[in-house]
Amino acid sequence: MSEGKRMDGRDFHDIRPIEMKVGVLKNANGSALVSLGKTRALAAVYGPRELHPKHLQNNERAVLNCIYTMAPFSTSDRVRPGPNRRSTEISKVTRECLEPALFLEDFPRTVIDVYIVIIQANAGTRTAGINAASLALADAGIQMRDLVTSVAAGKLNGHYALDLMGKEEEETDCDLPIAYMPRLKKLTLMQMDGNMPPADVKGVINLAIKGCEKLYDLQRKALLERWSKEVLE
Amino acid sequence: MNVQKQYIFSLVSNKKRMDNRSLDEFRKVVVENNPIEQAEGSATVTMGDTKVLVGVKLAVGTPFPDTPNEGVLMVGAELSPMAHPDFETGPPGEIAIELARIVDRGIRESHAIDTEKLCIKKGEKVWMVFVDIQPLNHAGNLIDASGLAAIAALINTRMPKLDEDGKIIYEEKTSESLPLKDVPIPITLAKINGHLVVDPDVEEEDAMSCRITISTNSEGNVCAIQKGGSSDLSMEEFEKAMELSLRKGKELRKHLKHHSIKE
Repeated sequence: MSEGKRMDGRDFHDIRPIEMKVGVLKNANGSALVSLGKTRALAAVYGPRELHPKHLQNNERAVLNCIYTMAPFSTSDRVRPGPNRRSTEISKVTRECLEPALFLEDFPRTVIDVYIVIIQANAGTRTAGINAASLALADAGIQMRDLVTSVAAGKLNGHYALDLMGKEEEETDCDLPIAYMPRLKKLTLMQMDGNMPPADVKGVINLAIKGCEKLYDLQRKALLERWSKEVLE
Repeated sequence: MNVQKQYIFSLVSNKKRMDNRSLDEFRKVVVENNPIEQAEGSATVTMGDTKVLVGVKLAVGTPFPDTPNEGVLMVGAELSPMAHPDFETGPPGEIAIELARIVDRGIRESHAIDTEKLCIKKGEKVWMVFVDIQPLNHAGNLIDASGLAAIAALINTRMPKLDEDGKIIYEEKTSESLPLKDVPIPITLAKINGHLVVDPDVEEEDAMSCRITISTNSEGNVCAIQKGGSSDLSMEEFEKAMELSLRKGKELRKHLKHHSIKE
């Protein structure tokens, strides 16, 4: 690795090439595709709709149901279909990072279903999935307090580094994904694997927040692209 | 909002709690070492009315292809209905999986176990370390109780003897400990009515909007973070949580034998 640059020539504060597209699936009430470099996440939203079986209904608010899965062909070793410990945990933290943005109390006894499928994986699948899910929720016309943006950061060769990819995940001092509501300035997902002094943890989070602010602009652009066209037509 | 929750909210905003603890105070913590003779190491941790038993079993197995000279760590949790009326039988659900993975990450990321020293024959035979969490009574803060019990059980672990074919003779333990380099401790803060509260009991967990668990090691580094629950945190709240978890981690570490590894 040359001085000041990363494997793919990116600066330490750069995100990989991003593509965001809203309204990519016909049947879903809302949908989106988000690519972060080679990582590609599809999200589809259904609802609010009646929740069955009835005993799962909550009389005070809607239930948010998030399912994160990786397509079997998304990595070099085939992923066994079906839930595993990792995907169960990611589904949980994804749900809990989206909930703060939603007015669930407005739709008692219903469910909002969010299905995330990683169709190609090269690090950062949960963050790509969250960005896609947030866009799909907005695309479905569900009111939100803010968009939820997500990116991971770490520390590579002494530099705080945004949006780790592939091999960088093995070299970093930590892998710290966050989700953030940029308008409200609130963190809704925080995870970390690593070994770092508290001051560095702060530095990495602050870099990730800057990344989220960039993603926020792109999310809004993607939504406008989809919906301003619709209105004109 | 129910009455109990309102009561807890008003107490917390006056920096008070139902059992008269301060917001940054643990319930009484007791660590019992090696209650299970059949396990290679075990510990029971009580935190107030919460009681968690952790056992360590060792086995000999083949290493993962990408780490041919390293032993394997596996952490599991089983939430038996014995421990709380809301727990159900069946395969581990979301809560059990998250609990096990938070404890796992603290141990793994701090490199508490020197896994290279668990290699018996490169690419063929390594020690596999199974850490299993069995809550006996859930009265809040299962994560911290499990994390403390897990590292205590690892400290208590003694290697069993191997016969000439490399098979374990479980009946004969050696005096050799696991190669431990660090003592990671997870500390969970519950956010209740905008305040961060240490060691929440069940009623406080029902009233919290979200929680954050931060595992720190003996050097004062952060090794793992996990936010849970349906609400959000500001950066200021996170920084406060980090300061609290460092301070409280140091405090809990004193309950362990050899807590001074690196300290």
